[in-house]
Amino acid sequence: MINENNINELHHGLAVEVSRFSEGWRIFKKNKLALWGLIIFAVFFMVAVSGLFLTTGDNPVLDPSKVRLSEKLLKPFTTVDMEMIKPGDQPLFGTYLLGTDDLGRDIFARMMQGAWVSLTVGFVAVGISVLIGIIMGGIAGYYGMYRIKLIHVLFLIAFFCSMVFLASGQRGLAVNSALLSLLFAVISVIYNYFSLKVNRGPAILNILFFDTFTVDTLIMRFVDVMLCFPSFFLILTIVAILPASIYNIMIVIGLTSWMGTTRFVRAEFLSLREQDFVSAAKVMGIPDLSIIFRHMIPNAAAPVLVSAAIGVADAILTEAGLSFLGFGVPPPHATWGNVLSDGKRFLFDAPWLTYIPGLSILVVVLSFNLFGEGLRDALNPKLRKR
Amino acid sequence: MDVIMKHKSENEEPILKIKDLKVYFDTDDGVVKSVDGVDLQIMKGKTLGLVGESGCGKSVSCLAIPGLVPSPPGRIAGGEIIYKGRNLLDLPEKEMEVIRGNDISMIFQEPMTSLNPLFTIGDQIKETIMLHQKKGKAEAHELTLQMLGKVGIPSPAVRINDYPHQMSGGMKQRVMIAMALSCTPEILIADEPTTALDVTIQAQILDLMQSLQDEFGMSILLVTHDLGVVANIATDVAIMYASRIVEYGKVEDIFGNPRHPYTLGLFTSIPVIGKRKENLYVIPGSVPNPLAFPAGCKFWPRCLFAQEICKVNEPLLEEVKEGHKAACHFKTSIDKYVWNEKTETSSFLI
Repeated sequence: MINENNINELHHGLAVEVSRFSEGWRIFKKNKLALWGLIIFAVFFMVAVSGLFLTTGDNPVLDPSKVRLSEKLLKPFTTVDMEMIKPGDQPLFGTYLLGTDDLGRDIFARMMQGAWVSLTVGFVAVGISVLIGIIMGGIAGYYGMYRIKLIHVLFLIAFFCSMVFLASGQRGLAVNSALLSLLFAVISVIYNYFSLKVNRGPAILNILFFDTFTVDTLIMRFVDVMLCFPSFFLILTIVAILPASIYNIMIVIGLTSWMGTTRFVRAEFLSLREQDFVSAAKVMGIPDLSIIFRHMIPNAAAPVLVSAAIGVADAILTEAGLSFLGFGVPPPHATWGNVLSDGKRFLFDAPWLTYIPGLSILVVVLSFNLFGEGLRDALNPKLRKR
Repeated sequence: MDVIMKHKSENEEPILKIKDLKVYFDTDDGVVKSVDGVDLQIMKGKTLGLVGESGCGKSVSCLAIPGLVPSPPGRIAGGEIIYKGRNLLDLPEKEMEVIRGNDISMIFQEPMTSLNPLFTIGDQIKETIMLHQKKGKAEAHELTLQMLGKVGIPSPAVRINDYPHQMSGGMKQRVMIAMALSCTPEILIADEPTTALDVTIQAQILDLMQSLQDEFGMSILLVTHDLGVVANIATDVAIMYASRIVEYGKVEDIFGNPRHPYTLGLFTSIPVIGKRKENLYVIPGSVPNPLAFPAGCKFWPRCLFAQEICKVNEPLLEEVKEGHKAACHFKTSIDKYVWNEKTETSSFLI
């Protein structure tokens, strides 16, 4: 047996506090591909941020929307012909680094401007989808076995109707169904109050408290319904209704891509919930929320991280696709997608107009995927040494 | 060491009383009565051994005490669990969270999976200490080191930063015990704590539990199917069969003078070292399907003494002598020697 003095001695002599971060970083460094992924991502991030500053303002350093009709469809690295354009219209360094498009706009400047859009679309959309996915999957996995009472179904239906009516502009119906859902909520609260007091609720209301289906059924069937829609066309439809803006696109992409994460998280939670360490945590009196967020989600993180990394790539591609079809960020603002789509008409005359944004998207998406995989390894404690 | 002396003194006061506990599971095939009217008392500072076959409801009884029966499909169909004058089954979830870990702790059968693989063992023990004892990080760290030292983990200051996969099964079970005892609970529920460990480690863990019991004065509810373990550390024994307690008493009474054929069967089926036998006795048949228990005494289809009355009337758990109860119609007439003769000649031998 060790007495207290010995413990203190050991504590001061040997205790090695290795932070989780430095351990993770050590493993991450070993994966060369993931490291390159991170480096490319960092460069991309800096390009996007500097692009944001360099292309905005009254007299930007890089003007992505300056039209120089005399200078159209120039090859990359063409030096500017000062006699053809007005002074002050020349691009940075006096060279079109990546050429010009059919309106003589500087592709380099347009790519710089578009980088920020791609970055934010990727992250915000995936952030939204992962957040919804974790919450929905977590509820389905942890609380899935509870049955929903009839009144709660009615409440949900009324609430959903009021949202639909509100969205379609029918104020009166929206208010009515909102009041109806409020009524159901009040009945539910009163019933619960009575059940607690006298162990039994009012008899007439019992019919409203029949068990229907489980929470799991509700969430997972909703996931199935969402997956049934071809998501790109769903996005197209919604974007066509909503006013065109970057933020709407981010939110819409996020709201239509959370289903995969939900399924992952639910599956992980179902297996984790049965594990002894979750029971052990419960026995130790650790609250439910703390068990879910501290103990279960980190254990479910590996598949979520990988799907999130791929999701970032997907979101960039979706935005590019939307811009390509003309539903994306409104012109004249440049995004990689609309640079690509503008260039497609000149595929044979000026192939760099499609190659440059296409390759950029490819490289960034690839780097995200590699980074995601490295991150998954870095979070696995089995790969850590003491 | 005066702590040890304090708890050696006789104290016959029950700290936890389970009265007529019923835990049912609603399944698609019908209601499974996993625990059906169990009465138990855990004495202060004593160890109660709960013995029974797999599936007889002992683990479910354990889970019901801290209120962890998975619900749905499980539900508490009746009974009371009285701890410090309060019925734990009536307490709201918020108050149960305070009792769990603080007053009632539990260790599990499988040490391999009962620690979170993503956190160091130190972090997991510290979490419990910080939650229940409202201690700061540094203080919790010190306490954790002390606890790890107490459960016999060498160089705790180094091992505190270990992940669970870096430890052996026995070490992990020690960590589990350290975690369970970190808030000095009144009651420790040990659900087959040594089943997954090899024999030498088993003995170490049992010794450890006993010495910690002496030090902290807690009560232990030890669930096991190993009578050797019970003989080793329990003071009281409850034998469980098919959702009910069939025999209950002091360890000397149960081992010296078993009064239920099932208990007798359990003893006869233990190999005795140095005693050569052609065949080892096996209680014939298997645990009845909990969806369709036999009428009358649930043990009669497997019982060598079964008479007509056994098939009709279910015997109640009644006293044979003070503090020794058995649920058998022939509890007074069952004789160890008759039993031995019967088992020697029994055609049930496999």
